[in-house]
Amino acid sequence: MSSSDTYNYQVVKQFAVMTVVWGVVGMLVGVLIAAQMAWPLLNFDIPWLTFGRLRPLHTNAVIFAFGGSALFATSYYVVQRTCGVRLISDKLAAFTFWGWQLVIVSAAITLPLGITTSKEYAELEWPIDVLITIVWVAYAVVFFGTIAIRKVQHIYVANWFFGGFILTIALLHVVNSAAIPVSFWKSYSVFAGVQDAMVQWWYGHNAVGFFLTAGFLGIMYYFIPKQAERPIYSYRLSVVHFWALAFTYIWAGPHHLHYTALPDWAQSLGMVFSLILLAPSWGGMINGIMTLSGAWEKLRTDPILKFLIVSVSFYGMSTFEGPMMSIKTVNALSHYTDWTIGHVHSGALGWVGFISIGAMYYLIPRLFNRELYSLKLVETHFWIATIGIVLYITAMWISGIMQGLMWRAVDPDGTLTYSFVESVQAMHPYYVIRFLGGLLYLTGMLMMAYNIARTIAGHASVRAVAPSPA
Amino acid sequence: MADFVSDFWHWFIIIPTLIGIFALFPFIYMNRGSKKAGEAETTGHVWDEDLKEYNNPLPGWWLNMFVITLVFGIIYLILYPGLGRFEGLLQWSSLQQYKDQLQVAEETYTPRFKQYAAVDIQTLAKDDAAIKSGERLYANYCSVCHGSDARGAKGYPNLRDQDWLYGGEPEQIKSSILNGRQAAMPAWEAVLGESGVLDVTEYVLSLSGRDHDQPAAARGKTQFEAVCAACHQADGTGNPALGAPNLTNRIWLYGGSRKSIIESITIGRNGVMPAHREFLGEDRVHVLTAYIYSLSQEYENE
Repeated sequence: MSSSDTYNYQVVKQFAVMTVVWGVVGMLVGVLIAAQMAWPLLNFDIPWLTFGRLRPLHTNAVIFAFGGSALFATSYYVVQRTCGVRLISDKLAAFTFWGWQLVIVSAAITLPLGITTSKEYAELEWPIDVLITIVWVAYAVVFFGTIAIRKVQHIYVANWFFGGFILTIALLHVVNSAAIPVSFWKSYSVFAGVQDAMVQWWYGHNAVGFFLTAGFLGIMYYFIPKQAERPIYSYRLSVVHFWALAFTYIWAGPHHLHYTALPDWAQSLGMVFSLILLAPSWGGMINGIMTLSGAWEKLRTDPILKFLIVSVSFYGMSTFEGPMMSIKTVNALSHYTDWTIGHVHSGALGWVGFISIGAMYYLIPRLFNRELYSLKLVETHFWIATIGIVLYITAMWISGIMQGLMWRAVDPDGTLTYSFVESVQAMHPYYVIRFLGGLLYLTGMLMMAYNIARTIAGHASVRAVAPSPA
Repeated sequence: MADFVSDFWHWFIIIPTLIGIFALFPFIYMNRGSKKAGEAETTGHVWDEDLKEYNNPLPGWWLNMFVITLVFGIIYLILYPGLGRFEGLLQWSSLQQYKDQLQVAEETYTPRFKQYAAVDIQTLAKDDAAIKSGERLYANYCSVCHGSDARGAKGYPNLRDQDWLYGGEPEQIKSSILNGRQAAMPAWEAVLGESGVLDVTEYVLSLSGRDHDQPAAARGKTQFEAVCAACHQADGTGNPALGAPNLTNRIWLYGGSRKSIIESITIGRNGVMPAHREFLGEDRVHVLTAYIYSLSQEYENE
């Protein structure tokens, strides 16, 4: 019996294809709003196309549509293959697919219409929040149900990370989105003032910690050893950094609220635990990169492995930068500047984007039982995307630090040296570079969409490297 | 600190924090592993045909880094507020830091502005250093409405010309900045009626010698004298005491097109200049006034 009969590949295929589709859409919106920052004329004075409404559309599309679909696809694939059983319920799994797509489409309609709770990364109004909750519970039932009926006694490390991510996101979403509806499309948060801010960033930072980190570490723990054909470097490291990561991340939210009305003690705790978070984060990086020891030469020839390993390098870089930025003195300069945007994108484009792209290049040919159309195109995708990221994050570092310095510059008479608009003017060249970086990344994504479409259609070209069929 | 309504919450913060940090030490050391890196074997488990795990020990440098951050955290929480109500040995607070910085700023910068405040505005307007200070104050606090070039925008007066709503003498400018201004052009449609508004508009256009419909303007003149002259004067030259604009020149705060004038008369205008006395203080406003005044002097010389 072939794997596709044993396992439910249908839902994995659906999510995998949508990962590529939503990736293109989300990044396209990103490139548009980056262009709007450089050339405000591109807002066109049309409310639905203004930066303020498209920005949450961009973040929701890349995090929850692109990233979310990647997580669904990989977690369903990994949990089946490492437990040796089919998903516990095909119907429930199909429900999570269509439910999640409905959430995404609702987001794509309501956000441009200006329907928003105004909570960052949780902008969707309450009816959509309810739908997310239902889909998420179904997801948890499918995932943990499959774990429960597993035929392999030990639970593979990737599944701990997926499991941790599913449980914590459920908690975060329900608490932060708690609201009292006043109409079908309008609700008010049950929290107010500084408590609201604290709950929001407890949610916001752990969306990063559990959705964008723990979940994607789950991807890393399966696809890197598979593609490298090497054992994971250290089991004990994976245990230690999993628990340390889960314990420490949950405290780190207050670093988003330094020098605000949040009490000093809460700010301090947020900063201290953000610093302690460095080592647990790097545990994952070490395990990813060291898994390759003894097989480094594969990096030269295998562009999929390049995506996966460079992804982990960006992960290490962002998780070093993050704790540094949480230090109050550094934060006093970096907060509210483009540095934050650069930091987020080294994580988003470098870590989350690359690990998902690498995983999809591995996954999709196997799911459809096809040869990858062009490995050469993957190589080109890799370099174009890497150059794009470098342009993006260096532009944001420079403009962010420049902004911070310009805003705090004081003349000998105590007056501010620069007005705000002067700092905006100084940003312009970097906004153009950022746009170009984003455009390159999007170009790579379009190449991927083409490559994947040809792969699924069964147009394999002559390939240099022999595939390793699953 | 009023953040803790009872001792319970105070300890609710301290206990999990300390347990959390201190439990991490035995947790990482008990799991560090004894074999040297590279010698370790796999755990013996296999998943999905070929997935295996080595059991290498935790890297030493990584453990050290972990411990350094934990020790840093403990020291930080001894020195700074963090553990519930405990204020930290340094007695630091963000509020105090703010107050200290504000005090330093006051002590450093106040004398300079005190000196400027003793000089009259006309003289100060010729002092380059003072004008530079005024320019930066303008760029940060005024340019958002009046424009980076001080030439204004619709609803926000141009500060580089000789036309002043509330008077262009130094003291009048200073008073505008210190106390703010509230314009009060009422909506006249109810009084004049739709056709009355059109007639008055034609008359207003005639005041500055622009193309207009003469019979309508003649009708409008009567109404202007009855209704508008109270503020704008019978000859339409305005009244700076009320902020009523001069209508005989070609400077228009809300636009001089026929359509804009009709709109102004129909719905009224209520422009607001906020007061800056509390915000900037009298001495800085003095310097700012000198800068604004210098702009109109430049215009005169042009």
